[in-house]
Amino acid sequence: MHEYSVCLALMEQVERVAREHGAGRVERIVLKIGPLSGVEAPLLQHAWPLVAAGTLAADAELVTETAPVVVRCTQCGAESEAAPNRLLCGQCGDFRTRLVSGDEMLLASLELARIDEVKASCV
Amino acid sequence: MCDTCGCNITSGNRHLLRPGGRLERSGDGRAAVSVLQGLLSENDHQAGHNRSHFDAHGVLAVNLMSSPGAGKTRLLEATIGALGGEFAMAVVEGDLETENDAERIRAHGVEAVQIATGSACHLDAHMVHDALHRLDLTGLDILFIENVGNLVCPASFDLGQHRNITLLSVPEGDDKPAKYPVMFRAADLVLLTKTDLLPYLTDFDPGRAERCLRELASESPLLALSPATGEGLDGWLAWLRDEVAAQRERVAQGLSARPDIQPEGAALHLREPRGSALPAAPGRGGAAATAGGD
Repeated sequence: MHEYSVCLALMEQVERVAREHGAGRVERIVLKIGPLSGVEAPLLQHAWPLVAAGTLAADAELVTETAPVVVRCTQCGAESEAAPNRLLCGQCGDFRTRLVSGDEMLLASLELARIDEVKASCV
Repeated sequence: MCDTCGCNITSGNRHLLRPGGRLERSGDGRAAVSVLQGLLSENDHQAGHNRSHFDAHGVLAVNLMSSPGAGKTRLLEATIGALGGEFAMAVVEGDLETENDAERIRAHGVEAVQIATGSACHLDAHMVHDALHRLDLTGLDILFIENVGNLVCPASFDLGQHRNITLLSVPEGDDKPAKYPVMFRAADLVLLTKTDLLPYLTDFDPGRAERCLRELASESPLLALSPATGEGLDGWLAWLRDEVAAQRERVAQGLSARPDIQPEGAALHLREPRGSALPAAPGRGGAAATAGGD
């Protein structure tokens, strides 16, 4: 359910970045969504068309990239991949680890078409 | 958070920043723009303002999260009963509908503002900000924010609180942290509630609940209590007293705090505060202390 809120927030950012770059249309949106971000990529994909309808990003391709869950052990220093609900060190098994990657919820990049190009393609 | 200092860059996405720069032209004349901004940066910005507002009034803001019916309101009633003479408290209540919880709090002589979220499954920083317009923080020691009962969505939204507390009630089962890792990872303190039911729900193993929590790389304390019998309340009240004292000390030094579980980017975001960073809060390993006005 909160994926819709996230899409609304994404739309605001996309429109702002497009404005800053004088873009008339957004062609591609790349998100980075980690398994521990609290957001599900398929639900974002479902919610997105509702939010994007009628905007300059209506036809944009929404790409969600994931990142592996990686922890760094504060005891032995090893970095290892882990399951989202088992963040133990893969080397020594200690639970005192820090998450290095896996909780990202980022707008990574946009591909934009400039206003003049949009006009040209509309003619 | 911030889109200028690089605090959102982690080893998971750093490669996106490499060659091509911020504005890369692709072959067909389209512009590829690297943004790398948290999707909830708008919310986080408002949360930062809320936090500054709490700090300006010297208030400790605590966010209570759990599934529906885990005993958040009951815990607050017991807390008000025990600490009413010691601290000035207020409560922001989040529910989809009704003023029921706010009325329960008001019956104890404590101010409560109800946020009826309609169909929204969580509170966000803007809702809390709006609620603050209906609440005078002057003279308050603790503001409790009772989030919407939900073990999923509330974990994703910073409200401006200093500490997160997640409740796990005995009837829910001891493997809840393994099932809802995002929520339990966000907790600075986990409270095992309704322990008076342990004799009846014999398949609940408190040791297993703690193991599931530790497997999330959480060093947060886990306290068992029952507001119904009063068992274990002392530990919770001691934790609160320590946190109020820590908040007063931070405020005096122009520092602030946010819940300890943060993406690695938050560590990059830490800048040299005015004065020195405080040691970790009692019972916590390495609670983040940042300069005020974040």
